[in-house]
Amino acid sequence: MKVEAKMLLGLGLFFGIMCAVYWNWSLENAGGVMMFAGMLLCFLPGSYYYFWSRRMKARPEDDPNATQASGAGVVGSFPGTSIWPFTLGMGAFMVVLALVFGIWFLIPGLGLVAWALLGGTAEGRRGGKV
Amino acid sequence: MTDVLEHPLDVPEHGDGHLHDEHHGPSGLLKWITTTDHKIIGLSYTVTSVIMLVIGGLFAEIIRAQLATPNGTLVSLSQYNELFTMHGSVMIYLFAGPFAFAGLANIIVPIQIGAPDMAFPRLNALSYWLYLTGSITMLAGFFTAGGAANFGWVAYAPLSNSINTPGAGADLWIGGLLLTGFSAIFTGVNLCATIFYLRAPGMTMFRMPIFTWNMLVTGILILLAFPVLTAGLIMLYCDRHFGTHIYSVAGGGVPVLWQHIFWFWGHPEVYILALPFFGMVTEIIAVFSRKPVFGYKGMIFATLSIAALSLGVWAHHMFTTGVVLLPFFSIMSLLIAVPTGIKIFNWIGTMWRGEVWFSTAMLMALGFLVTFLIGGLTGIYLASPPLDFFTHDTYFVVAHFHSVVMALVLGGMGGLYYWGPKITGYLLNERIGKAQFWFLFIGTQVFTLPQYLLGLDGMPRRIAVYPRDPQWKMLNDWSSIGAAMIGLSTLLFVVNVAVSWKKYPAGDNPWDAQTLEWFTTSPPPHHNFYRLPQIRSERPTWDYNHPEHRSLAHGDHDDHGAQAPGETVPAP
Repeated sequence: MKVEAKMLLGLGLFFGIMCAVYWNWSLENAGGVMMFAGMLLCFLPGSYYYFWSRRMKARPEDDPNATQASGAGVVGSFPGTSIWPFTLGMGAFMVVLALVFGIWFLIPGLGLVAWALLGGTAEGRRGGKV
Repeated sequence: MTDVLEHPLDVPEHGDGHLHDEHHGPSGLLKWITTTDHKIIGLSYTVTSVIMLVIGGLFAEIIRAQLATPNGTLVSLSQYNELFTMHGSVMIYLFAGPFAFAGLANIIVPIQIGAPDMAFPRLNALSYWLYLTGSITMLAGFFTAGGAANFGWVAYAPLSNSINTPGAGADLWIGGLLLTGFSAIFTGVNLCATIFYLRAPGMTMFRMPIFTWNMLVTGILILLAFPVLTAGLIMLYCDRHFGTHIYSVAGGGVPVLWQHIFWFWGHPEVYILALPFFGMVTEIIAVFSRKPVFGYKGMIFATLSIAALSLGVWAHHMFTTGVVLLPFFSIMSLLIAVPTGIKIFNWIGTMWRGEVWFSTAMLMALGFLVTFLIGGLTGIYLASPPLDFFTHDTYFVVAHFHSVVMALVLGGMGGLYYWGPKITGYLLNERIGKAQFWFLFIGTQVFTLPQYLLGLDGMPRRIAVYPRDPQWKMLNDWSSIGAAMIGLSTLLFVVNVAVSWKKYPAGDNPWDAQTLEWFTTSPPPHHNFYRLPQIRSERPTWDYNHPEHRSLAHGDHDDHGAQAPGETVPAP
């Protein structure tokens, strides 16, 4: 976790310095705001990793001498198949078509999006067969 | 079905690790639609993006045919505008990015770090569907009454407003970009989470292969850059349809704001496109030189530096607007040459005193090196405002970025020849591959080099007809011949896939390669690994296969320089 934290905090720090130099020198706001937001986007996960890297012992993937056995146990729960990404994607497609061809596309579009969100959430909670 | 996954067992204990060697699921079309397997999603991405390469390439061939004569009549002026807009859009948004950061990376990154899948498999599948529907949306513009978008791939305000560009084609372009933009953001999230949380035990950050490192940095850059573009597009849509005046002077808006927003995404995007290919080339050069990567940590530092600097260079695309801080952007842009130079140095250092094996993949990587060097060096000229004022919007710029992106195509083709056997289980024909390389490499130079001269002579970009000047005609003809050679090379690739279809079985490790993806079977099983080796360096597969030539810890040196000479590998 330490390397991840240092990398993100380092990038954020660099963006912060660059932002300060640029904003003070150019007095142009759009770029200054975007660089400032870029700095925050690095500090947010970076400080999260830093917080945890100080409180937990090294994970097997951070331990240079780890054996495969030290990672034994459950990695996670992975869906084998799922129809909901496809449903959500088609819903989003129709929402975008509504922006171009007519507002009525929103009805099937948002319907599919809502259906997929409900279905996907239920699938995640149930964790069993789709 | 949901698979609760346990970690694959250690090598000495293999035989017990058959927790999930058979995966029972739907087949055929339903399998494709419902899959959450990163390998199938990655392959779908790769195939779709290569189809996009062919479509964008066809647009390019029509453009070059039009420009082969001064007063070409192949297409009308407005059709020409649509063609160069959609050529740029398809190649940048729909081919180069998705091919690299969502196609090959999706397949290879989890296997390189010993993970069973991407961290969010369903989000990964959603990324693909958004990419596919986004591509269809953007290309659908050709079937509308007003034709496809025709404001250039950069959609500068006020040209892109509803008065100058009415019609559904432009809206479809915006909508397609919204979809593919979200697709890219989701892929970025997935890459970062996978690399941070799903590494195998012992796979520390500084043991990850360079390709995975580059994909991590690409993922971070995607998260920094793409939301800006998405926000900008939503504002553009509001300007076009809801009567806002964000980019129009009439209502108190600022047209140049669009350029700031677009290029704040657009320049990091250049590195989002390039870094994955840098990673591919690094892997290929190390494997086919039979050596570890030279300057491993320097390479990572260079990648991170490129990412850090990339956020402060956007306005070098806007020097001629007259409202940007020239010295700041010039200095930052020139600085990027330093980490890029480190990379070139390290690639040469990797080959130095190695046993270079000139396979198709290696030739493609070398072609990348030369072509990228040409594109990179001309980029340094353009970072200097006086030179940029002289060459802005001329064919010099066109030639510069085509050198760069054609280098990426060379690297990407190398990636396909290198990892294709792992993905499909079958090798491609080397003889046709080498013919493809020479057509692609020579074609690229014949295509771009005359354009540099045309640009210095003042030929503007985005013009369908040009003055009857014998020299311009000759240079344009050469450029068109180069484009035809590039088209032929793509055809050779398709022929190669057809000829080699399931013909040359690859085995698990045909190149005697170094990283973890070559430890598993070709193609890998459903959750990638039955067993994993001990990971003690950035070359775990090499260490396992060559215990007599184990990789040393960083900073140590053995007595012989090159680590494993004399290893003979059967040619396919």
